[in-house]
Amino acid sequence: MTQTQPLTLRARAEAEAARFPPLLARAEHLAGTVLLGEHGRRRAGQGDDFWQYRPVQQGDPVRMIDWRRSARGDTQFVREREWQIAQSVMLWVDQAASMRFSSDPNLPEKADRARLLALAIAVLLVRGGERVGLTGTTLPPRRGNAQLLRLAEMFSRDDDTDYGIPESRAMIPQARAMFVSDFLSDIAPIEAALTKAADRGVRGLLLQVLDPAEEAFPFQGRTIFQSVGGTLAHETLKAGDLRGRYLARLAERKAALADLCAATGWQYQCHHTDAAAQAALLWVWRALERGAGT
Amino acid sequence: MIIGPIGFAAPWLLLALLALPILWIILRAVPPAPIRRRFPGVALLLGLKDDDSVTDRTPWWLLLLRMLAVAAVIIGLAGPVLNPQQDRQPGSGPVLIVMDGGWPGAQDWTSRAELADRLLAEAGREGRPTAILRLTAPEEAAFQSADLWRARIAGLAPQPWTPTADMIARATEVLPEGGFETLWFTDGLMIDGRDALLAALEARGPVRVFASGRSPVALLPAVYQDGALRLAARRAEAGAAQDLTIAAHGLDPSGTPRILANLPLRFETGETEALTEASLPAELRARITRFEIEGLRSAGAVALSDDSLSRREVALVAGREDREGLELLSPLHYLRQALAPNADLLEGGISDVLPANPDVIILADVATLSPSEEEALLEWTDAGGLLLRFAGPRLAASEVSRTEEHPLMPVRLRAGGRTVGGAMSWGDPKTLAAFPEDSPFFGLPIPDDVTVTAQVMAQPDPTLADRVIAQLTDGTPLVTRKPIGQGQVVLIHVTANAEWSSLPLSGLFVRMLDRLAVSSAGQGMDAADLEGTTWQPLTVLDGMGRVQDAQTLPGVDGAALLTGALGPDLRPGLYDGGERRLARNTVSADSVLQPASWPSRIPVEGLNRPEETPLTGWLLAAALALLLADVIASLALSGRLMGARAAVILLVAMSALPNDAAASDDFAIAATTELKLGHIVTGDPRLDETALAGLRGLSETLFFRTSVEPGAPMSVNLETDEIGLFPFLYWPVTPDQPTPSAEAYEKLNRYLRSGGMILFDTRDADVAGFGAASPNGRKLQQLAAPLDIPALEPIPEDHVITRTFYLLQDFPGRHTARDVWVEAAPADAEQIEGMPFRNLNDGVTPVVIGGNDWAAAWAMDERGNALYPVGRGFGGERQRELAFRFGVNLVMHVLTGNYKSDQVHVPALLDRLGQ
Repeated sequence: MTQTQPLTLRARAEAEAARFPPLLARAEHLAGTVLLGEHGRRRAGQGDDFWQYRPVQQGDPVRMIDWRRSARGDTQFVREREWQIAQSVMLWVDQAASMRFSSDPNLPEKADRARLLALAIAVLLVRGGERVGLTGTTLPPRRGNAQLLRLAEMFSRDDDTDYGIPESRAMIPQARAMFVSDFLSDIAPIEAALTKAADRGVRGLLLQVLDPAEEAFPFQGRTIFQSVGGTLAHETLKAGDLRGRYLARLAERKAALADLCAATGWQYQCHHTDAAAQAALLWVWRALERGAGT
Repeated sequence: MIIGPIGFAAPWLLLALLALPILWIILRAVPPAPIRRRFPGVALLLGLKDDDSVTDRTPWWLLLLRMLAVAAVIIGLAGPVLNPQQDRQPGSGPVLIVMDGGWPGAQDWTSRAELADRLLAEAGREGRPTAILRLTAPEEAAFQSADLWRARIAGLAPQPWTPTADMIARATEVLPEGGFETLWFTDGLMIDGRDALLAALEARGPVRVFASGRSPVALLPAVYQDGALRLAARRAEAGAAQDLTIAAHGLDPSGTPRILANLPLRFETGETEALTEASLPAELRARITRFEIEGLRSAGAVALSDDSLSRREVALVAGREDREGLELLSPLHYLRQALAPNADLLEGGISDVLPANPDVIILADVATLSPSEEEALLEWTDAGGLLLRFAGPRLAASEVSRTEEHPLMPVRLRAGGRTVGGAMSWGDPKTLAAFPEDSPFFGLPIPDDVTVTAQVMAQPDPTLADRVIAQLTDGTPLVTRKPIGQGQVVLIHVTANAEWSSLPLSGLFVRMLDRLAVSSAGQGMDAADLEGTTWQPLTVLDGMGRVQDAQTLPGVDGAALLTGALGPDLRPGLYDGGERRLARNTVSADSVLQPASWPSRIPVEGLNRPEETPLTGWLLAAALALLLADVIASLALSGRLMGARAAVILLVAMSALPNDAAASDDFAIAATTELKLGHIVTGDPRLDETALAGLRGLSETLFFRTSVEPGAPMSVNLETDEIGLFPFLYWPVTPDQPTPSAEAYEKLNRYLRSGGMILFDTRDADVAGFGAASPNGRKLQQLAAPLDIPALEPIPEDHVITRTFYLLQDFPGRHTARDVWVEAAPADAEQIEGMPFRNLNDGVTPVVIGGNDWAAAWAMDERGNALYPVGRGFGGERQRELAFRFGVNLVMHVLTGNYKSDQVHVPALLDRLGQ
C-alpha cells in the first residue's frame, strides 16, 4: 500500500532514476577506453571510406574510374569504397535474482557487472552507428543516444524470478546477439534459446558472469544454501565435502556452454566479478568484430 | 562439606554435576546449528548427498570444553572455599586480643601480627567490637571497631622485656567491662601472676590461646673467664638438637661496624643450656660491642658487652723491693690480690712499663723520680693515664711536694705525717668518714673495722677541699686527687699494705679501686657496689633486638640497674657511669626460661593457619574463559571465524591489560630528544589546536632567528605526562577547563620550584584589569591558588625579559594590553649609579601572567602561514612581529636566566682588565 502512495512512489522513482545515469556514465567511461571508429565490413560496398583500387573491369561505368590514380600508369583503376551497413545487435542481460549476488562487500554484484558490460558495449555500438536493442519485443534495436537512455532504464529493472531464461523471441534474422548471465539455471532453456537464435542466422556471444565465491566454494560446516530468490535450498552437514563435486558440476556446465557455442557458431567467455571489467569489454568488442566477417 | 582442603558453602549444588553426562549425550546428538547462506550456485548443488552424515557431530574436545565450563560454573556456584576454618562458629560479643608482647615473641612477631590481623578481620566481618591489650605495656583497652585496631597493628612492636607481676596486675585492673571472648597470644614463657589474669579472663568469657611452635632462645651475657670468652645460651624447652651461630659485632680498626667473629653454638638434644668458648685477642675482644644469635630477631638473642671484656692494664711500681721473703709486707701484695682477677698486671721500673702504655700506673710509696721519668709520667698522665700513688714511710720522709706542690702530687704534704692510736701516741685509730656526694666513692658502705693508724698529712691549701674525695672522721684527707690534662693523679694517704691501716685488708679497698676504674667494672659487681650512682643509657635494645640511640632517656639509679626488673623505665642497653660502662642485658645468668603451660581446658592453637580463600570467583572466571574459547572454537568449526573476527575477539580480550608504561616512555623520549616547547591541554580541542600551532610558530621563529632550535612542540596532559621535561609551558586559560588533581598540583609546584616557567594566558586582553573580574581571570585565580607562586608585579621597565634577545617595551599578542605580570623584584634591589637597570632577580621568574592571546598571534600552519589575523594591515604585521619577539625573549629568559643582567658588571670587569 505504501508503495503506491504518491510520495513514496516519487521517492522510489527518483531513486530508480538516479541509478542509470551513473550506470550510463560508467558505461561511457568504460567504452571510452576502447579505441573506436566506424567499423567497416572489410569489403567493398556502399560507404564513405576508401577500401581499395582495382583495375577496371568489363561493365564498370567510366565515371567510376579514378583518374588521378589511373594517370600514374597505363592501367585504369577504379576506386572502391568499403561497404558499410549498420548491424542490429540484440542484448539480453539476466535480471533475475541470482544475479544480485556478491560474496564480498568489496565486489560488485554480478548483475551490476553484467549491466555495466552490456551498456558499455551498447555505447560502443551506438557510437559505431549500429542499432542496439534488447531481445524480445520490449525494446527493438534503434540507433542514437536516446536508445542508450532507454537501455539504461531497462537495465535498472530487476526481475523477481530466481534464475533468468534467455529471451529469444522476435529475433531479427542475421542480426548479432549477446547474452549476459551466470547461466546457472537449467541448461535446457538456454540450449533451446541458443538453437532458436542460431536457426534464424543470429550469431553472437555468451558472457558468463560469475562471482569468485561461485568458483571457489569456500564453505565449511553445516550449511543451508539458499538461492537469492529463496526458491531453492540445499542443506549439507559438511559443506567442505561438497566442494569437489560442486566444482566438477560447474566445470561441466561451462563445458556444456562452450560446446553449445561451438555447435551454433557462437562465442563463449566466462568473466569473474573480481576481474577488471575492461578486459571483458575488450573481449566482447573483439568478439563482435570477429563475428562480423563470417 | 569438606573435600580435602576445599570446603563448600552449598554442597547440594554439586548434585547438578550428575547432569553432565546427560548433557554430554544431548549435546553430542545435536549437531551444530547450520548457517544459512545465499548462494546462486545452489542450483548446481541440488541432488548432492553428504558422504558421511555421522562425522559432523560436535567434536569431542569441544564438548569437553563445554562440559568443563558447565562443571566450573556448577562447582563455582557451590561456593568452594580453600582451607575453610572448619570449627569456626561465628561468635558474638566483643573480642579481646591479649598479647604478651615481650621479647620472646619477637622471633615470629610477623606471623603473630598477621594472625592478629586476620582474627581482627574475621571479627570485623562478624561485626564484633575488638580491643588489644598488651601485657608488657598494659593500657586501658576500649572496644572499638576492628578496622581501627587493624590499622594500629603495624604500629605494635614487641617490648624488650617480659611482663612483670606488676604489669599483670595492672592489666587485670584495666580489663574492659562486660563479657568478651579472649584470644591470648602467648610468648611461650611462664609469667608471674598469669593464673590470676587467666581466671579473670575466664570469668568474662571463653579464652583461646595462640602459641608459636618455636621455643624462645636467649643469649646470656658474655663472660671472660680463664683467658677465654664464655658464651651461654638458654632455651625454654629442651627439644631436639639445635645449631646456632653467634655473631660478635663490633667496630673494626677503621671504626666501621662489622661482624668480628662467628661462634658456633649447639644445643644438645634434651638440653636447655648451650655453652661455647672462644679465645679472641684482647685487642679484638675489647672492640666487641654485642653478641647476636644469627637469624633470631629478639632482644633476648642479643647480649651487649661492656667494659668487662676489656681488661685494663695496670702497672705496679714499688719503691723498695729489697725485703725479700716478707711477702705480706710487700707494698704490692694486696694490690696484686685485689687486681689480679680482672686486670692485667705489669711490674717493673717506670721506664720499663711506660712503653707498654698501661691504663693505670700504681706507685706504691715511690717518693723521688728521676727528671726523665717524671717528664715521661707527666706526659702519659696528661694523655689520659691514671696515676695512683700510695703513701708510705719513704714518701713521708722525703721532701717531695713539701713547700711546693709537685706536679705529680695532688696536694702538698706536711713533713713526717702523723701517727695516731699507736703505742707511743695519744688517741684512738681513726675511722673513715662517710663519703661525700661528689666523691666517686659515694654510696660505698664503710666497714667499722677499717682503721687508720698512720698517714701523710696534706697541707691546707685553697684547693685542698676540692681535691679531697675521702677523709677520716676527724676531717683529715685520706684520698686526694687532681686532674692533669685528660688524666689524673690520685694519692691515697696510707700505704698499700697493712702497715699504716687496715684498709687494704677490707673489701672496701677493692671497691674503691673499682670506682677509680683501676680494675674493670662489671664482673662480680652487686647492687651495693653501685649504690648511689646514676647511669645514663647510651644505647638501648628494642624488642626486636635492634640497637637504638638512647641519649634522650633519663638516667637510671645504679642499684636498680643490676637488679631492677626490666620495664619502660629500665630498658636493656648500655649504660654510662662516668669512667665505666655497664651493659644491662635482657637475660641475665640467673634468669630462668620456664615454658608456659596451660590448663587443659584452654584450647591452644598454632600461629600459622592457612588462609581461607573463596574460589568461586576463580571458577566462574575459568568458566567464562572456557566459554570464550568455546565461542572461538565453534566459530572456527562452523566456518564463520574469519581472521579479522578472531583478531577483534583477541583484541577485546587483551584490551583489559594495561599498557601505559611503554606509552609514557615514548612520551619522555619524544620530549627529550630535542628541546621542545609544551602547552597544557585544556580540553577545548580548538584552543589546544591554536596553542599547538602558536608554539609551532614560535618554535619556527626561534629556529630561524636564534641558536635555540626547538623540535615540534608537544601537548602536555598535566595528569598523565611528565612536565619536568619541558623548560617552558604555555597554559591558555578557559573558564571551563578542569581543575588539575592534587597530584598534578604537586607536579606543578615541583616544576615551578625547580626552575620551570609557565606562561598563563587568559586571552581576554585583561579587559577587567588585574585579571579579576573576567571569567578567564577568575578561572586563573582558581587554577593558580594552590600553586607556589611568589609575589608578582607588572614587568618593570628594567626587567631582564625586556632585553634577553630583542629590546622590548611592549609585549603584545593578538591583544595589546600592557599588564604582564612576573615575579616581583626583591625590595632591596637598587639601581647602581651609572647603570641603566637594576640588578634584579637572580633566577627565572616561575610564571608570566598576561592576557594577550599570544598563541593566536604566533600560530602558524605547517607551511608557515599565519593562522589568525592580528590588527590591521602593516601595523598588524608589526604587532605580530613584536609578539614573536616577546616569545623569543621569553624562551631566551627561560634558557639563559639572568645572563643579560650580568651586563651590570661590565664596568667592573673592564676596570679589572685594566682599561
